[in-house]
Amino acid sequence: MADVLERVTKIVVDRLGVEESEVKPEASFKEDLGADSLDVVELVMELEDEFGMEISDDDAEKIVTVGDAVNYIQSTM
Amino acid sequence: MTLNGKAALVTGASRGIGREIALELARQGANVAVNYSGSEAKANEVVDEIKAMGKSAITVQCDVSNSESVTSMVKSVIDEFGSLDILVNNAGITRDNLLMRMKEDEWDDVINTNLKGVFLCTKAVTRQMMKQRSGRIINIASIVGVSGNPGQANYVAAKAGVIGLTKTAAKELASRGITVNAVAPGFISTDMTDKLADEVKEAMLKQIPLARFGDPKDIAGVTAFLATEAGAYMTGQTLHVDGGMVM
Repeated sequence: MADVLERVTKIVVDRLGVEESEVKPEASFKEDLGADSLDVVELVMELEDEFGMEISDDDAEKIVTVGDAVNYIQSTM
Repeated sequence: MTLNGKAALVTGASRGIGREIALELARQGANVAVNYSGSEAKANEVVDEIKAMGKSAITVQCDVSNSESVTSMVKSVIDEFGSLDILVNNAGITRDNLLMRMKEDEWDDVINTNLKGVFLCTKAVTRQMMKQRSGRIINIASIVGVSGNPGQANYVAAKAGVIGLTKTAAKELASRGITVNAVAPGFISTDMTDKLADEVKEAMLKQIPLARFGDPKDIAGVTAFLATEAGAYMTGQTLHVDGGMVM
């Protein structure tokens, strides 16, 4: 769990230029972390690369918060 | 050589305008993937010509209206060249008929290849180009997509759709360093236009201020320009390359 959250956090920090302390499970990429729609698409692409998985368009649309991303990744591992 | 080291994918590149675009991009230094749907032998000839220039080239068979086929085509091109810098959406078909006589499948076939195909190919390359933070997408539309043309409701609707898609993709992708433009050819001498009756050709010629039909090379030159650094500050545009037919 910690490992996935750490890796996701690193990607979010790198991609969105936010502080690590802001990347909480309940934080919404768009509402809280300043991402636009295209940023979210790119984040999902990077998560796919990082975790070696494919996230379908339908599933990607459900990833709104940091916690959503972490849960999704864990559910497929 | 202004496209040295760049990787290009040209759809419908075995014949006509697409073939000439593939050759011109290679002349400018690009490695080129030559897509074809049915004409494998012709596509191989294009690849041989490009290799003779000292550039890499491969053929990729794909029906651009099929999303799975498009995804695997783009993957194989990236596997081969390691990047994908230029996409030219050129593949197109005609099924001409008067509106009142046009069958539903004639409509669907043309929309699926000429419009949906552009959407699918653009979507498929965007991932790679976004990662690269650079890319050039050039859509071959048609001047009739601007002017309309009797007997081509399906083709005109598809080409007008491509022009709208070009503008939207340009706006969505600009922030990632990807430009999207369209080239709208007028009457170009190819297998597709050779089928027209002589009287139709005569009538068209009268409407062309430059008083000649275009050559595929006329389109290839403008397309290559958009792919090079010279075209870097243009996006969302439709360039009319039609001898002045539609101003």
